[in-house]
Amino acid sequence: MADRLRVCALYPELMSIYADRGNLLLLARRCAWRGIGFELTAVGHGDTLDPDAHDLFYMGGGQDRDQQLVAEDMAGHKREALHAAAARGAAILAVCGGYQLLGDHYELGAERVPGVGLVDLHTVRAAGGTGTRLVGNVAIEVELPGLDGPRVLAGFENHGGRTHLGPGAAPLGRVLRGHGNTGDSGWEGVLAGSTIGTYLHGPLLPKNAWFADWLVQTALRLDAPLPPLDDRLEDAAHASARRAAGLPV
Amino acid sequence: MRGAGWKGAAARLAGTASRRSGRGGTSLPGKLLLRLEPHAIGRLSRGLERSAVISATNGKTTTAAMVASILERGGARLVSNRAGANMAGGVAGALLHGEGDTGLFEVDEFWLGPIVEELAPSALLLANLFRDQLDRYGELESIADRWAEVIRAAHAKGLVLNADDPLVADLGRERADVSFFGVEDLGLATEALQHASDSTHCRRCGAPYAYEAVFLGHLGHYHCPNCHAGRPRPTVTAHDVRLDGVRGARFELRTPDGVARVVLPLPGLYNVYNALAAAALALELGAPLADVVAGLESVAAAFGRAETVAVRGHDVSIMLVKNPAGANEVLRTLALEDGRHDLLAILNDQIADGRDVSWIWDADFETLAPRLRRAVCAGSRAPEMALRLKYAGVPEDAIEVEPELPRALDRALDGAPEGGRVFALPTYTAMLGLREELVRRGVAGSSFG
Repeated sequence: MADRLRVCALYPELMSIYADRGNLLLLARRCAWRGIGFELTAVGHGDTLDPDAHDLFYMGGGQDRDQQLVAEDMAGHKREALHAAAARGAAILAVCGGYQLLGDHYELGAERVPGVGLVDLHTVRAAGGTGTRLVGNVAIEVELPGLDGPRVLAGFENHGGRTHLGPGAAPLGRVLRGHGNTGDSGWEGVLAGSTIGTYLHGPLLPKNAWFADWLVQTALRLDAPLPPLDDRLEDAAHASARRAAGLPV
Repeated sequence: MRGAGWKGAAARLAGTASRRSGRGGTSLPGKLLLRLEPHAIGRLSRGLERSAVISATNGKTTTAAMVASILERGGARLVSNRAGANMAGGVAGALLHGEGDTGLFEVDEFWLGPIVEELAPSALLLANLFRDQLDRYGELESIADRWAEVIRAAHAKGLVLNADDPLVADLGRERADVSFFGVEDLGLATEALQHASDSTHCRRCGAPYAYEAVFLGHLGHYHCPNCHAGRPRPTVTAHDVRLDGVRGARFELRTPDGVARVVLPLPGLYNVYNALAAAALALELGAPLADVVAGLESVAAAFGRAETVAVRGHDVSIMLVKNPAGANEVLRTLALEDGRHDLLAILNDQIADGRDVSWIWDADFETLAPRLRRAVCAGSRAPEMALRLKYAGVPEDAIEVEPELPRALDRALDGAPEGGRVFALPTYTAMLGLREELVRRGVAGSSFG
């Protein structure tokens, strides 16, 4: 087994509005409990991004203004590095605002915020302000490489953007409860190789510890699943999030 | 304030009916009145000699209680919405039922504009903006933008702002007559911005603020290295602050009217901020410094905010937690207490709590984890609270999940050592539920209103 997981948190100061720290904490603890080393590097505005130095890239959500600052820097200075990292099979998990920046662009009224073009999608902010945000508990069904059947991701979404997948992009999952990418497409997120974007924000991994393990396995390119842990509380938290989304447990 | 004619009568009748049905009864008649008469707040408030409005993410209720305690010393007869009914219906209801000369209203962050426009208050206090329930309120910047509109519209006469909150202080930059308050004790500074910190980037130019000192969340001494927008110099300030665990706090209060030592019966730096805000607002309204000091020193805890109740031989201290910044101050205050603590953490996800419980991962439960003896987790999202504590470093065998509140309370009491204190940290609806349970057991008085 690989002896350490090298995680890069992209713009943690600007893009961590929805408790994204919980995702990183889950990865760190679960690695430690299994004797896998954990290295966390923050790469922010103006910093150079080394595509080969990390196994997993993580980016969370931000407020509009912060997201625009990030978009300019990322599209201008980190685009090539992110493409190189994805091409060599590093895992990329982008949540909420980070997800929107994976695509071609994000339209905010008359303004057009550039994305890094890692996946074939674009996002349009719905007209009409806070009333048109898609907010609530959400559950999706996903089928991921290496797993022996469909699984459920449960979480919370809160986004004004509608994300439209192009012909070259596949969704992360099918909406069971909640809104997903557009509110009416029935699809949520994007999955392209080991690049994942999703609106299930903040503590996505605490609510779905199995998915944290899948990410670690994918980022480290391990053939076998990670050894199990005592996950009684993790399983109960997953059940609680499913229940909140209205799924039978 | 009595409503004129049948509209007021109909609304009051609705209030009586709703009180008979058991709960609150503070905002239903107001809502009905506003439906019948949209400008009822404006009309009813014209009978007041003066009024003040308080808004903030954290501390509205406690600050309003402090201001009330101060103004009542000067003989003011208050019309206020002290039951936490802080949207338009609650304010209208208070005006409909109240009799007095001075209006004192705590107002929800998002309702500030329409209410201030109607009330045209003598003074407006904006105390802080923290990340709250984002599913309900949208993002911080949009609240700040709305507040800027309210100030630009200039319906409020006096303006009282927190100099230490960059997002709030910036709102007063263009006005010369603002009363700013702030903390001047650099010994309180934490080592770094907390995880829950908000608005660490300049509202004017987007550059990150440089902090000389961070006191609480993103509150502190700061300046923008790019456009040089800095912390305004406050005139109502706290110096030499001493925090006495969960019992209280002491500080030297400096004001344009003089200097005094204040012994505050409420704990934590967050309550020192509330006291500064209350002092600045009361002074703006013309209260003498002696009343300010006496009022602050005699204030009682608002229900669920550092209230202590004796149950089955144990003291149960209830400390409301509703967002990361507020929770961090409560956790920091608990960590000042000696010994190892028994915790009852109650996490609900009703609309008033915020449906999104993500925020618990931004609160620094790590601060408290090494000091916990045992934790019982309750509420509609109890397992997620338990998981948060596990990842904060609390041993799994010290964590118990019991979603049902009455049973969880008993489990927490059963597990606490003889005569030991239990700290209950409920979210908003959980706090109401816990109080109801304590009232049912005959150990707490009903204190609505």
